[in-house]
Amino acid sequence: MSTDTTETRPADASPDRPGAINAVPVRHPGRWVAIAVIVILAGMLVHLLVTNKAFDWRFVFQAMNQQPVIHGFLKGTLLVTVLSMIVGVGGGVLLAVMRLSDNPILAGVSWVFTWFFRSIPRYILLFTMGTLGILFPQGIAFGIPFDWKIMDWLGMSGDWRFFTLDANQVFTGIVAGVIGLGLSEAAYMAEIARAGIMSVDKGQAEAAEALGMSSGKVMRRVVLPQAMRVIVPPTGNETIAMLKDTSLLLAVPVIAELFYQLQSIGSTYYKTFPIAVAATLYYLAATSVLMVGQYFLERHFGRGFGTKAPRAARPAGAGGA
Amino acid sequence: MALVEIKNLHKSFGTNHVLRGIDFTVEQGEVVCVIGPSGSGKSTLLRCVNLLEKPQEGQVIVRGEDITDPDCHLDAARQQIGMVFQQFNLFPHLSVLANCTVAQRTVLKRGPQDADRIARANLERVGLSDKIHAYPAQLSGGQQQRVAIARALSMDPALMLFDEPTSALDPELVGDVLTVMRKLALDGMTMLVVTHEMAFAREVADRVVFMDAGVIVEQGPPADVIGSPKEERTRTFLRRVLDPTHVEPA
Repeated sequence: MSTDTTETRPADASPDRPGAINAVPVRHPGRWVAIAVIVILAGMLVHLLVTNKAFDWRFVFQAMNQQPVIHGFLKGTLLVTVLSMIVGVGGGVLLAVMRLSDNPILAGVSWVFTWFFRSIPRYILLFTMGTLGILFPQGIAFGIPFDWKIMDWLGMSGDWRFFTLDANQVFTGIVAGVIGLGLSEAAYMAEIARAGIMSVDKGQAEAAEALGMSSGKVMRRVVLPQAMRVIVPPTGNETIAMLKDTSLLLAVPVIAELFYQLQSIGSTYYKTFPIAVAATLYYLAATSVLMVGQYFLERHFGRGFGTKAPRAARPAGAGGA
Repeated sequence: MALVEIKNLHKSFGTNHVLRGIDFTVEQGEVVCVIGPSGSGKSTLLRCVNLLEKPQEGQVIVRGEDITDPDCHLDAARQQIGMVFQQFNLFPHLSVLANCTVAQRTVLKRGPQDADRIARANLERVGLSDKIHAYPAQLSGGQQQRVAIARALSMDPALMLFDEPTSALDPELVGDVLTVMRKLALDGMTMLVVTHEMAFAREVADRVVFMDAGVIVEQGPPADVIGSPKEERTRTFLRRVLDPTHVEPA
């Protein structure tokens, strides 16, 4: 392409030294076309946002500012996301370690768990969680298993139960939602954590074992911190997906949740489209915050990889031969 | 009593019989170099000494304790045996100093100050005091291997295992690592070294062990085994190693 070349003066203009290079900047006509197209499209979008009456921005912001909506966002969306991800990540790492252990029973249990919870759509799982109370009409008791049989056999009366939870209280609302979403997430996180653990070179565990570390210490001190580098990016994905899946809480049912609250305002005032816009803005904002958090987590667990080190720990001139 | 005593050691990977009955001992303060062609089982033998490989048959007795016994507290036995790997295997997420303190803290339960002091002393010993805050990826291969030696020494081992410690290094970096190992030998450390560095073996080893096809073919002082080997297999191997351009007569 002629536009991509630089021209030099003919060499015979000065036989001792070549002349100064008559450089012409590389031209990018395609970029200017792209900029023009995008400016026009962006202009159309702004025009639509500002002038189209259907947006009803005043109503959008009023709806976003309602107490039940804010409450639903904080409790049903943010809190459930955080709690479910804690259950999910903790459970997932545990399941991954079990799956990779030499113990065939643990590995099998982990496989069955993952199989079961990955098979059920989250909406149906949450619906089921809300109804599980029916399994335990006398509540969920903590104590010696089959205590009534043992008592009967020993000819004693009474029971060996320490405390009893009302199942209909457990499998309801936020708690049922967190259990359902957390267990489902654990099944997905198990595969992510397993990939992370397997990505760590075998020599790392060998070196740690050779230093006398127990297998638990090897995992906690050496393997998992390095696996996190691989685990964090997809976990960020999972967290963002979880944030959005909290809108499924309605299946439990949980009504202290962002989209349900917005919808009930919308149906009261017969304005559905502005409600969709309000929900979009909420989820955009929350996802943006999560992405910032992911950036810092990735930086933390990336220590020592590549040649980038935290500035404070990098001595002048380090970099090695 | 020998520091390490190995009796009738057998190890197979599937149908591949790698070690076919090894008997040998390492005395306190002795430097033993194991040489032999690749695939002869020398690295496997070394990895059996701290049970990174589990032998199918035979015993490994360290300071009178049979570590192949399932009742043996293996982690405790491994604390006395430092190991240096061909690929260094430093912990990349930890600084040089933390590489040398993590096992002291978690295994030996040393306090932070003690662990720090011991780690710094050993890094000084390998000549890397100025790199303590660097991360492994910022070091050259030779520097990483010296950190790996300091990491092992920080556990105060009774025995150091070296698994081809210079094989992954650029030629100009080999010297620094061998210098550290030579110094260690002079300080009286008991060392078992799998190596291809014949000059090092000849100079530093008290005893050289030649292995081939899973058995010890010949062993003795370096002057004998390297200088005037009795076995034909040893002679063939040494000819190839010492003069790679030499062509066998047909």
